[in-house]
Amino acid sequence: MGGQTLAEKIIGAHTGAGRVSAGEVVIVKVDYTFSHDAAGPLLINQINKLKAGSINTAKDRTIFFIDHAVPSPTKELSNDQATVRNYAMNNDMILSDAGNGICHQVMAEDYSAPGDLIVGTDSHTCTSGGLAAFATGMGATDIAVAMKLRKTWMRVPESMKVNLIGHSPRGVFAKDLILKTLSILGTDGATYKSIEFEGSAIDELDVYGRLTLTNMAVEAGAKTGIIASDQRTKHYLKEFGREAMWKEIRADPDATYESEITINTSELEPQVALPNSPDNVKRISEVKDVKVNEVFIGSCTNTRIEDMRTVARIFNNRQKAKGLKLIVTPSSQKVYLRCVKEGIVETLMNAGAIVTPAGCGVCFGALGGIPADNDVIFSSSNRNFPGRTGNPKAQTYLGSPATAAATAIRGYIADPREFL
Amino acid sequence: MSLRSNLPELAKHTLEDARKEFPIEVKDGDFVVAGTNFGMGSSREQAPLVIKMCGVRAVLAQSFARIFYRNAINIGMPAIICDTTRIDEGDILELDLSNSKVLDKTKGIELTFPRMSKTMEAILNEGGLLSYVEKYGDLLLA
Repeated sequence: MGGQTLAEKIIGAHTGAGRVSAGEVVIVKVDYTFSHDAAGPLLINQINKLKAGSINTAKDRTIFFIDHAVPSPTKELSNDQATVRNYAMNNDMILSDAGNGICHQVMAEDYSAPGDLIVGTDSHTCTSGGLAAFATGMGATDIAVAMKLRKTWMRVPESMKVNLIGHSPRGVFAKDLILKTLSILGTDGATYKSIEFEGSAIDELDVYGRLTLTNMAVEAGAKTGIIASDQRTKHYLKEFGREAMWKEIRADPDATYESEITINTSELEPQVALPNSPDNVKRISEVKDVKVNEVFIGSCTNTRIEDMRTVARIFNNRQKAKGLKLIVTPSSQKVYLRCVKEGIVETLMNAGAIVTPAGCGVCFGALGGIPADNDVIFSSSNRNFPGRTGNPKAQTYLGSPATAAATAIRGYIADPREFL
Repeated sequence: MSLRSNLPELAKHTLEDARKEFPIEVKDGDFVVAGTNFGMGSSREQAPLVIKMCGVRAVLAQSFARIFYRNAINIGMPAIICDTTRIDEGDILELDLSNSKVLDKTKGIELTFPRMSKTMEAILNEGGLLSYVEKYGDLLLA
């Protein structure tokens, strides 16, 4: 038998057979299931229709997040959140309440571990792949069934290898690497596949950055993005008091990949996705000088503490451009607290930023920062589809938190290397 | 209730970005015929749900985004991967799931599509994942 990819290894370990190959349809045990205030009401509605099984089999592995619109801007969303909150509390499940953080960030801080199989009602569930977990997003009915039965069905995906070789130069961050990858793959280039990222640029990247890469695997249509665990993974878990969860998982050297691409990161410069698609990517030197009305630094894609430190280093007593709206959302309460303790919040405030509670709101136009007609937004988030930020008459560019910070200072799309 | 949770209200906005009049013009029994990567992006099950609520019986596309595809099957709405370039608006279509083909009666052509996995077929046959699980009490390998 040939070697196995990361996806095959992890999925196989969650089946009765213990070993699977790409293309097989299998029933898998799940380690964690989660939902949130945007999908939770529909999920709870579905779960209540199900008589089969018991919902109380894995309370400590079933998580409800209130993160999509916090603090709630309308009574309707408050009611949705109350439904989710009450359900989690009445059933003694884990509740990650408003302000605690974006589900994918909190999963990566407190729950996801190498080798886990995780399903959640959100397309960016694949973020946890940065910790060598097999994590994928599904709909409300799928997750309702997975919560009840502690299992789900899936087709073992073919794997695609993305080799990131070389050494990322100054000013080039994980976000730039994934935007470059998307420019090659396109928004359906990896549909149904598992993207395995590896190479020297990955070895040099800490878990914070790896989570940025796997977060956006879904932007190429992938079922998940995944990265082998190593000493950096161990170090990261230790930081969150979970060193015991570490184990080494890597693909076999003779595993079968359906395709493979290689990007020499040494040759890259900061990347920017132009409206209206995350694969519409150009080099920063090709898009400089576009005037920007609003900068958003946030979302599950980045704004972990490393990103926030980089942003603070760029602002460093500098002000945002006059008339520009600058909104910063740390990805979790833990990150926010560290930003407070390290003086990052003060730097941001001095720069003229609005620092919001941790949540998803600004990224998808649920609350806060909704642009005016004809506004141009520069965002560190993952999607720039028309209307994504709450106004179809606005246009969104995507880039790294560093590029976003430089852009906020200049008032037009700017190269972060000027400030690093 | 938020708009997202109020499906009848949300259904009034179905596919409006692609075609503003869609929610008004769509008729019971219609098929949606689309291009590539239909349903790109989010995991929200509301996307196929509102299409189904409009009376649409199946979505045909050259390719689907993964989560949309899975959600459509889970709610009992066939998502069919076939060469839609030959179909024009207004064509009378007949979907033959058991033989994996679409008949374009207007043009007199037959479009075949790859057979779904048995698991998906079984879920679709029961009208969706919930009824499937109710019937079998479990998830089974077909």
